[in-house]
Amino acid sequence: MATDIVMPQMGESIVEGTITKWLKKPGDKIQRDEPLFEISTDKVDAEIPAPASGVLQEIKVTEGTTVQVNTVVGTISSDGEGAAVKTAPAAEKKAAPAPAAKAAAPAPVPPPAAPAAAKHEVEDHARSSPLVRKIAREHNVDLGQVKGSGLGGRITKEDILAFIEGQESSGAEAARVAASPATSQPGEGARPSIAPTAPRPPAPSIPGEVVPMTNMRRIIAQRMIESRRTSAHVHCMFEVDLTRIVNLRNKLKSGFEQRNGARLTFMPFFVRAAIIALQQFPIVNASMEGDSIHYHKHVNVGIAVALDWGLIVPVLKNADELNFLGLQRGITDLGERARGKKLKPEEVEGSTFTVTNPGQFGAVFGLPIINQPNSAIMGVGGITKMPLVVTDKDGADSIAIRSVVHLTLGYDHRLIDGAVADQFMALVKKTLEGWSEDVG
Amino acid sequence: MAQLTYLDAIRQGIWEEMERDASVFCIGEDIGIYGGAFKVTEGFIDRFGPERVIDTPIAESAIVGAAFGASLTGMRPIAEFQFMDFISCAMNQISNMVAKTHYLWGAPAPLVLRGPSGGGVHGGPFHSQNPEMWFVHNPGLKVVCPATAYDAKGLIKASIRDNNPIVFFEHKFLYRRIKEDIPADDYVVPIGKARVAREGRDITVITYAAMVHTAMEAAETLAKEGIELEIVDLRTLAPLDGEAIVRSVRKTNKVIVLHEDTKTGGIAGEIAAIINEEAFEDLDGPVVRITALDTPVPFSPPQEERFLPHVRDLIEKARWLKAY
Repeated sequence: MATDIVMPQMGESIVEGTITKWLKKPGDKIQRDEPLFEISTDKVDAEIPAPASGVLQEIKVTEGTTVQVNTVVGTISSDGEGAAVKTAPAAEKKAAPAPAAKAAAPAPVPPPAAPAAAKHEVEDHARSSPLVRKIAREHNVDLGQVKGSGLGGRITKEDILAFIEGQESSGAEAARVAASPATSQPGEGARPSIAPTAPRPPAPSIPGEVVPMTNMRRIIAQRMIESRRTSAHVHCMFEVDLTRIVNLRNKLKSGFEQRNGARLTFMPFFVRAAIIALQQFPIVNASMEGDSIHYHKHVNVGIAVALDWGLIVPVLKNADELNFLGLQRGITDLGERARGKKLKPEEVEGSTFTVTNPGQFGAVFGLPIINQPNSAIMGVGGITKMPLVVTDKDGADSIAIRSVVHLTLGYDHRLIDGAVADQFMALVKKTLEGWSEDVG
Repeated sequence: MAQLTYLDAIRQGIWEEMERDASVFCIGEDIGIYGGAFKVTEGFIDRFGPERVIDTPIAESAIVGAAFGASLTGMRPIAEFQFMDFISCAMNQISNMVAKTHYLWGAPAPLVLRGPSGGGVHGGPFHSQNPEMWFVHNPGLKVVCPATAYDAKGLIKASIRDNNPIVFFEHKFLYRRIKEDIPADDYVVPIGKARVAREGRDITVITYAAMVHTAMEAAETLAKEGIELEIVDLRTLAPLDGEAIVRSVRKTNKVIVLHEDTKTGGIAGEIAAIINEEAFEDLDGPVVRITALDTPVPFSPPQEERFLPHVRDLIEKARWLKAY
């Protein structure tokens, strides 16, 4: 009996995933639930466990290949059956149809990026040499268009140099034609065919290394630009006297750790203060959906976690129902699992508000970009001691050394007016400065 | 300028160094009265006397041992092997003592181990080998393989003056077959530097010793077909001139490594690896090796003919690589 290994659906909106690494080779014995391969999707990078015990019989989809969800990527045979081990049949399996795709899938599956993929395949199949491929890269030449004169149709150095020379001279010709007076009759001197294939001029060669983006980096880049384009970003910044909380934390942290087995950090204080303010100002916890505003019932807090290889925002669901200890445990757990690539796909979606912590490396404050589809994001700056004017209960002013943090709110001005944002932040400030809640 | 053979050039180089430096002396089998198996040291005993031209018993290990000891005391011995094939008798001395002295004790061992190697003379398996790689694979030694009379003189002089132990391979096929004008002045050729023996744009042929001449001959024929070989004569195998190799590869983008040594473990494999590491993206075709077969050198002339690389082999491979 062979069990099919399929590309899992990592979240409702996900249609495809890339196999980044096989952790086993054909012929390896595997236990059910043992990590089998790693994937990268638009949402999350994850280790996928084996669906059954046995021997990895066949890898059908090689590393680096993107396939639709539910595509069979390999098979596991039950013990003793794996004698005829097959290896992957190369990357032709690219974008194989998903036979068992959910019938009820609401959106039509977008076709794979056909032109780009096809072009790459042509390039891959054009017989050439490392030198020719380097020259092609440097001059942005599609090797599929170069005719090879070498053995077996191989593209030689002479072939590609001649091709580039030809392009340059016809490019010059085209430029001359374009520059000629508009009165020239069609057919007289115009040769219109070459324009679309004219290559970009080669980039000036600045020494360095060109590395393809990781999936995660590509997604971050896309999301950041999208967010900037979507929301009318405005930021406000509040200075918060954190002395009370710093003292409280210093006093309580060892006891907290002993009682609860969890480190006491500053993050839950900020998250808790934000939740109180979000409940007071529900528009800050809302999303814009077309012409409507979706006021979310619960507060799902996205927590930005910096990784060595990028950044991810796991979500603490229903954070408004958690007490302080629950917040602390949830935040710590998500951070650890984010760094260990152990997040489940549903754990990186569904946020209603996001907290990010640019201050952890010493920034005084940051101006964060909104995590769509949220309407606001709070940035926590570094906690530093600074001289502050304090007023005692008799109204007398003095200068004192206080622990201060700068909080910024990045908000979408389409939904949130400045006054609301400021009131929201004023409440956050008040909650923090007059902290009274039991931390557990 | 006088026309000198490859052998005479070496002879003159040693002679000049013995005249110049009293610490230089020769030691070997029948090098004195008899003048050496190939007459490299003919007449030396009359000029320099038996104390500086020492005949030894037939014991290569003893020759190297004595030369090594003398080198530690500040002498500059030149030990001759009648055939480099027999240097294996002294392998322990060379590998464990000579090559490692400077590393272990910081003591220079300025000795030269020289003798004839190579085939094409129907010498059979004991008198035709190219054992240079045994020494290239022994860190601590320099390995020199001149291809021309000019280089042979300049390199033997540089070897005698070098403070490192040198294994100096004289190609016996070249001894009396090649001749060239040698300047009268005192010159040396630097160890570790290759030379471009012929400029060309199409294919680089990396080679050394007698095969340089094979390559030059093939280049003449190929030039008539419009294929221009660039010939890099390594001159020294250790240290290997990687820069010169890569420079030429970057120019022609196609490479043939040609040597008379057998294929497996020959320097061609090492050169291919260097090109792979340093100039992979400059390659417009696979690195081609043309070498002797992986067998002992046959005695039978037709078999030896089959065993050794020839001009025709290079021509054939060069045409193929040009078309690749």
